[in-house]
Amino acid sequence: MADIRIDVRYETCPVPLVEMRKAVRRAEPGDIIEIAGTHPASQKEIPMAVEALGLELLAVEGTPDAWTIRIRR
Amino acid sequence: MAERTTIVVASGDMDKLYSALIIANGALSMGLEASLYFTFWGLERLKRGGLEKGALSKMHFLGLGKLFMTSRMKKANVASLERLMRDFKELGGKIIACDMTMEIMGVSKESLQQDLIDEYGAVGAYIGDARQSNITLFI
Repeated sequence: MADIRIDVRYETCPVPLVEMRKAVRRAEPGDIIEIAGTHPASQKEIPMAVEALGLELLAVEGTPDAWTIRIRR
Repeated sequence: MAERTTIVVASGDMDKLYSALIIANGALSMGLEASLYFTFWGLERLKRGGLEKGALSKMHFLGLGKLFMTSRMKKANVASLERLMRDFKELGGKIIACDMTMEIMGVSKESLQQDLIDEYGAVGAYIGDARQSNITLFI
């Protein structure tokens, strides 16, 4: 069960990445954030950002044009 | 200290402002700090209501090209410059207005969107940020 859910379906660059970052700032340490999107490049760059931010990538599911990413702050 | 991106925004063209704000927001999203240094025609975009007023750098065609581009962008659901700027500030991005440009182009503080601007500075402000930056661009 995610603590924060973000829906960035049909949004394009850089909105999914930016909304992920905003959610991470809102989250408490340990919170799980679930992001749903359809922009293929974001499916690759969000995990890159998660690594750069030192967060935990829990799951990348779905296809490049309909994906869900779960991260833990 | 966090890594940093510093971008000089010298152009006031719409497409170039998109480039600057998208790169800066990408940097902030990936954990870097970011500064945008607005100078010359770029400073025009910091005027009240000026953010969306830039021409296309190519194929502007007296505004027809921009109209076409804007409608294509709307279809692709591209965020507005206003939204990108709001996100930039919300994620802690820093905006510097070039005070020499203000002087030579007769731009008063009152004509600028002062709530966006963190600092009024000269080249030293840019170098101060740029020397601590891993990425610096001139747009």
